[in-house]
Amino acid sequence: MIKAENVSKWFDGQRILYDINATFETGKTNLIIGQSGSGKTVFMKCLIGLLQPEEGRILYDGRAIRDMNNEDRRHLRTEIGMLFQGSALFDNETVLGNVMFPLKMFSSLSHAEQLDRAHFCIERVGLTNADNKYPSEISGGMQKRVAIARAIALNPKYLFCDEPNSGLDPKTSILIDELLSDITHEYGMTTIINTHDMNSVLGIGENIVFINRGHCDWTGNDRTIFRSKSQSLNDFVFASKLFQEVKLVLERDAEAEESAK
Amino acid sequence: MFMTQVFRIPDKWRVFFSNLLFEINKLGVDSIPLVLIISLFIGAVICIQMTINIVSPIIPSYSTGLATREILLLEFSSTMMCLILAGKVGSNIASEIGTMRVTEQIDAMDIMGINSANYIVLPKIIGFVLFVPVLCVFSMFFGLVGGWFIAEFTNMLTVETYVFGIQSFFTEWYVWYGIIKTLVFAYLITSIAAYYGYYVKGGALEVGKASTNAVVSSSILILLADVILTKLLLE
Repeated sequence: MIKAENVSKWFDGQRILYDINATFETGKTNLIIGQSGSGKTVFMKCLIGLLQPEEGRILYDGRAIRDMNNEDRRHLRTEIGMLFQGSALFDNETVLGNVMFPLKMFSSLSHAEQLDRAHFCIERVGLTNADNKYPSEISGGMQKRVAIARAIALNPKYLFCDEPNSGLDPKTSILIDELLSDITHEYGMTTIINTHDMNSVLGIGENIVFINRGHCDWTGNDRTIFRSKSQSLNDFVFASKLFQEVKLVLERDAEAEESAK
Repeated sequence: MFMTQVFRIPDKWRVFFSNLLFEINKLGVDSIPLVLIISLFIGAVICIQMTINIVSPIIPSYSTGLATREILLLEFSSTMMCLILAGKVGSNIASEIGTMRVTEQIDAMDIMGINSANYIVLPKIIGFVLFVPVLCVFSMFFGLVGGWFIAEFTNMLTVETYVFGIQSFFTEWYVWYGIIKTLVFAYLITSIAAYYGYYVKGGALEVGKASTNAVVSSSILILLADVILTKLLLE
């Protein structure tokens, strides 16, 4: 479980995050949602430890990053897997080389065992016959899969994903979401996904934190999101025409229920 | 600060040596054809210039070979060659690391707990510094061969006179002087380019700017270091 307690962050005297409190549960897909520029990426970077919040603290299973020494932080990093928006695969390594990279750097496995583990991860994300291809030779969706395989190679306890669906078609997005959800449940990881894709919110949003202008305006899940009273959340959720239609349907249903009573 | 991150003990020696060999091949061995071609032609041009310009009854004819050798050993094969390599190797390093930065590959390493500066930059600095003396000696040799071609295939001077000239008043220290200078220049080229690449912010445009800045800065510092080293080593 990862917990953020009163996290505040400033950049050049400008406050970006305001006393954010949030809990990200183990074995669940936790989503951070919000408009572009709302501060969700800064919040995620604070959670990972890439940025140090000026106020508040981040706890990994009760261990505060701020209080850790360098060795503990280094150890914590080996427990973290990260999926970047642009995949961040190493250009000069093949698919197999990319997945083997963390194993090569951190595991004490023999070369043969590393190969076995890498092949297992590549197969787990549904990639076949791509071992010797370079990132530039595969599609965006395949790159995301390789990045997921690399992120889970060391069997991490915590998985962070920064907009995993960006640049992907709706069908591939759903496949990536399902893969992340399956992996989270299978390995009991604490997965945190930064997104503004409503399909992801409805598909895998087991625990959702909504960030608006640096404030945590709402927390809930995919079942409660449409019933929220938060104006900022409703503005975000019902921004698209599709969801405006959904809103109308929901309102009609509510009216029908009222009149039935 | 950057260099304190770079000069740390590598996380895994086996991975470091594998990366070191890769960088020696990429930055050093791949530069041999460029060094060879430029040295051969410049050696030939220096020889022609010396033959045309040193025309005096009181200057012996073998001075052409001697002057060609001294120019190559003292300045061309070290300073000029490194200025050229600053363009090739420096821009290569700055753009490669800069691209890794803007595509979040460096962030990915940092999140994994890898000292990215050490992992990426150290093999480049050590690899190029180790291999650059080879390039310097290659340049000296092929520069002299360039001059020999002029003696052999033109009637400007005889091969015997040229060969006698390049053997006359030979000072071994000049070779070491050239090599010492290239070691310093190689460090400047790689570290400056790596610094500019590592701290790129933005996108492709900034990577291009970082690459240009790296080449300009390292060229200026090479010239400055050349003055200081010449004063220190030859006085």
